[in-house]
Amino acid sequence: MRHLLSVRDLDRAAAVGILDIAEDMAEVAGRAVPKLPTLRGRTVANLFFEDSTRTRLSFEAAAKRLSAEVITFSAKGSSVSKGESLKDTAQTIAAMGVDAIVLRHSASGAARVLAESGWIDAAVVNAGDGTHEHPTQALLDAFSIRARLHGPGSRGRDLHGVRVTIVGDILHSRVARSNVWLLSSLGARVTLVAPATLLPVGVGAWPVRVLHDLDDAVDEGPDAIMMLRVQAERMTAAYFPSEREYGRVWGLDGARFGRLPADTMVLHPGPMNRGLEISTAAADSAASLVLSQVANGVSIRMAVLYLVLAGASGTAMDGFPA
Amino acid sequence: MSAASALLLRGARTPEGESLDLLVRDGVIAERGTRLSHAGALAVDADGLLVLPGLVDLHTHLREPGFEQSETVLTGSRAAAAGGFTAVHAMANTSPVQDSAGVVEQVASLGEQHGYVTVRPVGAVSAGLAGERLSEIGAMARSRARVRVFSDDGRCVSDALLMRRALEYVRTFDGVIAQHAQEPRLTEGAQLNEGELSGELGLTGWPAVAEEAIIARDALLAEHVGARLHVCHVSTAGSVDVLRWAKGRGIRVTAEVTPHHLLLTERLAGSYDARFKVNPPLRTQEDVDAVRAALADRTIDIVATDHAPHPSETKEAPWAEASFGMVGLESALRVVHAAVVDPGQLGWEDVARVLSSAPAAIGQLAGYDAPLRVGSPANLTLYDPDARAVFGREDLRGRSSNSPYLGRELPGRVIATVHEGRPTVLGGAPVEPEELSRA
Repeated sequence: MRHLLSVRDLDRAAAVGILDIAEDMAEVAGRAVPKLPTLRGRTVANLFFEDSTRTRLSFEAAAKRLSAEVITFSAKGSSVSKGESLKDTAQTIAAMGVDAIVLRHSASGAARVLAESGWIDAAVVNAGDGTHEHPTQALLDAFSIRARLHGPGSRGRDLHGVRVTIVGDILHSRVARSNVWLLSSLGARVTLVAPATLLPVGVGAWPVRVLHDLDDAVDEGPDAIMMLRVQAERMTAAYFPSEREYGRVWGLDGARFGRLPADTMVLHPGPMNRGLEISTAAADSAASLVLSQVANGVSIRMAVLYLVLAGASGTAMDGFPA
Repeated sequence: MSAASALLLRGARTPEGESLDLLVRDGVIAERGTRLSHAGALAVDADGLLVLPGLVDLHTHLREPGFEQSETVLTGSRAAAAGGFTAVHAMANTSPVQDSAGVVEQVASLGEQHGYVTVRPVGAVSAGLAGERLSEIGAMARSRARVRVFSDDGRCVSDALLMRRALEYVRTFDGVIAQHAQEPRLTEGAQLNEGELSGELGLTGWPAVAEEAIIARDALLAEHVGARLHVCHVSTAGSVDVLRWAKGRGIRVTAEVTPHHLLLTERLAGSYDARFKVNPPLRTQEDVDAVRAALADRTIDIVATDHAPHPSETKEAPWAEASFGMVGLESALRVVHAAVVDPGQLGWEDVARVLSSAPAAIGQLAGYDAPLRVGSPANLTLYDPDARAVFGREDLRGRSSNSPYLGRELPGRVIATVHEGRPTVLGGAPVEPEELSRA
């Protein structure tokens, strides 16, 4: 795998392959010294044009567990705030000798443009581009669901027939987009629940079912329900009238959570707005995968960095020290 | 070569299919017939070539004054000549804005000085393009530049009252308002045609209704005040429906389509290559089919380039950060050839109309109403319709290279352009500026 730009570049086999490698990586985390020498001497640059402490720390932890050097560039307070372009920033960092660039950018498609422009030679990992995609988030969500369903027997399995319901601001969510494509190619049946203002116009062509009533969606008893973060600024742009109404109509409150089957998994990409899109009862319950999502994120990112930097071809585990 | 007092084109084929010789002398077509001869004339063998009336662009951005890093009157008019044009209408979004007699006269005289094409400045509708109060429309109309087309292009005159007043006021000077139809609130942050693709790519959608609603409103305003309206760069099937309705109702509205909206679709944005980022955005195949059919049935009157040069650094960026626009003068005729002539929707007579006589009529540019007639000004383009080649950097003669056609095979080749009797392009290449300059 040369780059990871979009989950749409992954077919079922490639996606399952990444999840399986992440299982191996997760085992490493359980060791007394949770570190592998695999990427010793390689350098990973975290290029974050947009603040995201969680994602950045997760990639940093992943790179360090594989013994890579990590350099981090945050746009805030840097030359970028003085108008430096993606091209110049990336070429500057690349000139310091980096093997992979982990890019977070507010513009959709930034990772693809960086990878395909010929500006740099390094591998590019998309850590979130605008409202387009967040591939490692979708991979860690799929990993978390698979692990909860199949435990130690997860390897080699996809998510065939698993019913996943995603609720909230689909229009502006890169997490939702990546999940729709990835979960679908893994065989899951995806349902989206949102007001029409927060669904893209072309959603009819997506491999999903759309519902406008969260109560109906809850009463179907899905295998997993994913609550998306709602951003306050959407309110001023008239996507919905008020936080109160949003919470009432689209939030996983205590009552709705109580009606879900006990084994329905609850996911949230974080950071959570407790009391708005998700209640504390749901977030802190035994059904919640929120913290395992964070832990699994490191394993997934280890697998991705391994594949773009050490993986000889495809998703094979060539030379991976067990 | 420009010193030659006369020019003899031998064996050219007219758009009507007639093969003849044309003798150009003293800036006009002096003779028309077969086996013409003239001592001392520069003879051009035009056997197998098509002779078209000089092309007229109603929508060009020359960028001077103010944005000379993108284009100048000299480089833009040279690009125009290379594409077979003999006149361009230079949009008002310069810096300073073309909203006063002084600025439009400066632009017109730069064009005259360089001599590649006739440069007709477009005047701004609103002072400073701010959309608040009218610019000095009367002063521009009465200036030496004799401005007849007014436009805030790049921005929509969105205020309904200002648009009404503008339509009324230009009537006084027999002018026309060329509207950039884009409802601003519906297109805040918009990046790409709103549809399946924009949703998938996570790019803010640019809904067709933002264009169509303004065209409908303006057509009704034009009807109400009895004014002429011209609609810039029509891009959607719905806009075509609205225009068809308005024309059927007798409203005095004309419309243009760009070469790129006749040929390209939004699919090209799939790789986030900002060369394909343009305002209005590339649309769907259904829209392309609709604007082609509308050009064929005269619902859309003309083709205009919206030649919009930008320096490369503004295109080497993530999509949302890149600038809108494409250069189009050098490729326009070839793209029209590919998009509507090859499929049989337009003949060469139609091309002569949509790229020369009709835009000249809308812009009230004299000398284009009886093309290729004895006594008419000699504005001509010799075109090889049988040529076919990959469009490359060497085909671009302006200052910027933001063409969406680089690397794409296109039919045809402009062999020569004659502006007011003087060759501006010979053997497929523009003549040197020094040879042409009238300074």
